[in-house]
Amino acid sequence: MMELGKNKTKKILSSLKSNEILKTNDYNPKTKKHQHRRRKRFRYGFNSFRKKQDQDESYITIALAGNANVGKSVIFNELTGSNQIIGNWPGKTVEIAEGKLYFEGQNIKIIDLPGIYSFYTYSMEESVTREYIAFEKPDLVINVIDASVLERNLFFTIQLLEMKVPMLICINQMDIAQQKGIVIDTNKLEAALKVPVVPTVAIRGEGLHELMDKAVDILDDAYNYQINPIEYGAEVERRIKSLTRYIESKESEIEYPSRWVAIKLLENDPEIRKMVESESREVIGRAYQLAGEIEKIHEEPSFAVIASERYAMANRISQGAQFQKKLKTSFAEKLDRMVTHRVYGYIISALVIGGLLLWTFVVGDFLSGILSDAFSFFQPIDPQVSGSIVSILWNGAFGGLVAGVTLIIPFVIPFYFMLSLIENSGILTRVAFMMDSAMHRIGLHGKALIPLILGYGCNVPAIESTRILENRRERLLAAFAITFAPCSARTIVIMGLVALYVNIWWALALYAIDILVMLIAGRIAYKVIPGETSGLIMEMHSFKIPSLAVAFKQTWKRTKSLIYLVFPVYIIASALIQALYAFGFLTPIANFLAPITVFWLGLPVFAGVVLIFGAVRKEYTILMLVALFGTNLAAVLTPVQFIILALVSMLFIPCLSTITIMLRDFGWKATGTIAIANIITAMLVGGIVFRIINPFF
Amino acid sequence: MPHNQRDKKISENIEEYLETIYRLSKNGEQVKTTRISKTLKIAPGSVTQMLKRLDKMGFVEYSQYKGVKLTDSGFKTAKSITRKHRLLERFLHDILKLKNNLLHDQACEMEHSLSDEAERALCQVLEHPDKCPDDYLIPACDLPFASCEECMARRDEEIDQVGKRSENLVPIMELKDKQQGKVSFIRGDYKIIRRLLDMGITIGAKIRVIKVAPLSGPVEVAIRDSKLVIGRDIACNVFVELTGEENHS
Repeated sequence: MMELGKNKTKKILSSLKSNEILKTNDYNPKTKKHQHRRRKRFRYGFNSFRKKQDQDESYITIALAGNANVGKSVIFNELTGSNQIIGNWPGKTVEIAEGKLYFEGQNIKIIDLPGIYSFYTYSMEESVTREYIAFEKPDLVINVIDASVLERNLFFTIQLLEMKVPMLICINQMDIAQQKGIVIDTNKLEAALKVPVVPTVAIRGEGLHELMDKAVDILDDAYNYQINPIEYGAEVERRIKSLTRYIESKESEIEYPSRWVAIKLLENDPEIRKMVESESREVIGRAYQLAGEIEKIHEEPSFAVIASERYAMANRISQGAQFQKKLKTSFAEKLDRMVTHRVYGYIISALVIGGLLLWTFVVGDFLSGILSDAFSFFQPIDPQVSGSIVSILWNGAFGGLVAGVTLIIPFVIPFYFMLSLIENSGILTRVAFMMDSAMHRIGLHGKALIPLILGYGCNVPAIESTRILENRRERLLAAFAITFAPCSARTIVIMGLVALYVNIWWALALYAIDILVMLIAGRIAYKVIPGETSGLIMEMHSFKIPSLAVAFKQTWKRTKSLIYLVFPVYIIASALIQALYAFGFLTPIANFLAPITVFWLGLPVFAGVVLIFGAVRKEYTILMLVALFGTNLAAVLTPVQFIILALVSMLFIPCLSTITIMLRDFGWKATGTIAIANIITAMLVGGIVFRIINPFF
Repeated sequence: MPHNQRDKKISENIEEYLETIYRLSKNGEQVKTTRISKTLKIAPGSVTQMLKRLDKMGFVEYSQYKGVKLTDSGFKTAKSITRKHRLLERFLHDILKLKNNLLHDQACEMEHSLSDEAERALCQVLEHPDKCPDDYLIPACDLPFASCEECMARRDEEIDQVGKRSENLVPIMELKDKQQGKVSFIRGDYKIIRRLLDMGITIGAKIRVIKVAPLSGPVEVAIRDSKLVIGRDIACNVFVELTGEENHS
């Protein structure tokens, strides 16, 4: 078997030489050849599809695996045309994405695996990837490598080799490596790894045809294609071999290759140990003894010895295959220094965040204006005149839809688009670096900044994006802080009530109060919720010029998921409340709430109803007031009441769609607690602010 | 006063001075005499006299106008006594539940008589803490282990058997921009070590600080031809032996 594998590899290697492939030494984006390649993109991708529909057809499965942020998702997008999110954020793709490609007469299923650094079961992503490779047995794994940080990426490649899956290496981001003055000899890399290597610049579509050609070649002619793992240092290798033989003699039914199991046992991987323990305790005993021997020799835990040796191999291979040219300080590096400068860095961070928000409001306002004009035929009708059913459908259901289209979509789209650009450029990682210590005050680290910024657009995707954080506690803390973030809907309430009827300064003051409340509530939650904050370790990737196409796809994907999740809830709930109103249930409720609204907050009785509507969507507060009293609101509310109403409706409960997504991600208990905490905060802040500002008016 | 009693008093006094200089000097910078005098509540004249003595003993470099700076051997002694002090504070606080205002003075009394063996046992019992109750960093020990796990595994061997490290260990958190070193010791449990290993921070790896974020932010380091950002709570547990400075970027 082994011999056969070697021959096949040799065959592939010799076929490689005859094939013209993109080599680093002659890589130049300006030559005609590459321009041609740039145009030759995959135009025949399919959208993501459901597994069940395609059971009868035969597919070749190719999985993309590699570190975070090496361009796997870009390759996936290029190949399948699917709308997968890619981002300059470690561990973004948590779910496994699937796409389809028809290439040279083959139906190919492409799987985009999460970006990981190792196969230890430290995180969900790592377990998912290793289980996928071991149990689903893809026909080929394409290991995507970042050419500009070869050594780190090879650490993972070596582990992948140990899993003995048919494999092809795609060395991506050759352009960034070139910028850094790194020249990679792909032939030497091939010789060292004994696996075909194809260089690419996926963001421009370069080299992807060659990549797929090679993949199909491997699958066509070498179905039993075998991989030979690289050997460790003599002391470790001898023990790995000994344990492998021992495992093989036991004839266990574990799906993983024996050598890989042996290494994992020596590394003391808890999951694998448990798996083996149930089959054979003797193997565990033997592994324990051998690991002990390694520890004796190296005076270090055996997992550390093995990891160090792997890195030593990665270092040897990368040093042998790459050459670093001396370069003058590149523009990217100068930019990097600027962005992380102790003064300019904060200014730039502020500009990035502020600019993002300003852009959102300016463009959003513009789009919102256009859409509102388009929907100007919509006017809430008086239920007494037209009957309750019509009012439920028209005011409620359709009104909900109109509010969504005119108020959410126009703000969310420009926000997502710009966010995607700054995310993919790598600048957000720098902002996170600069803001880490500030974020620590509310028990989060710099990485959590992104969900919080997202929260300024809309809380729903913001809470969705808390998945990038390490543990549940951090996710909860971030989600809680997000529920206070002044999202576009809250902004509309502040603007529509306070800026319009009081003045702009009070509107800005409310904004400031909101941010203050967010920080204080976050700080309190941090002290109250037990557990520890896990430390920050993230890779600082090079600056990249973001691709517009990717940003468009990402924006569409995010907007779409928002529409699917939020609009149904929005329409139904809006109709429901309208029904309550039409059948006269709201007045008793408003009266019931009167002690709080009238006595404690100094609002009129009808405020109770308005606030209930606001729980569906924050901007309903305005919509409802207009429906009840027409546009001359100054006649029914005093300036103080405008301010307090806006403040309370802003804070008092996360809107219905936010609650929906929190229920999905955190369960009812956590969601309920957060909602109650919000109500208490709103009542406290509202009552206190009322008593403070009332004498001034 | 009996002779050895007096000697003991003197050595305690020296240790107290070194500890103060260690705490007051950031990144091995000069410390002004007036600051030491204020901290120890001793007249400037007496402080100057003592510093001159310490200079003669080779613990510090003293110059009249610039102030005082620890030598390598002074740094080692200061670090060791500081470690004992902060470990003891942790012990008094966590296990004996002593009130916060009593911690410091009690630890000051005990630190001078704590043997190295007792210090090691204390560290093991407290599960190798990284900060004292006042949130100051506890320096690493001088034992030649790569990790706390190793120290635990070899707990039966006495310090005489395992020996001591001759170089000074510095956490990467306390390095200045562009300083570089060799990763020599990682404090903490398996989980954190694993995570660091996966990211390429292995024992013996060369690491260079690119930038420390302002306002006690994280540290950006270059390791294995790539850049990593490490949060402060992790960066204070990764210790290196300094190998000088490199000016190219």
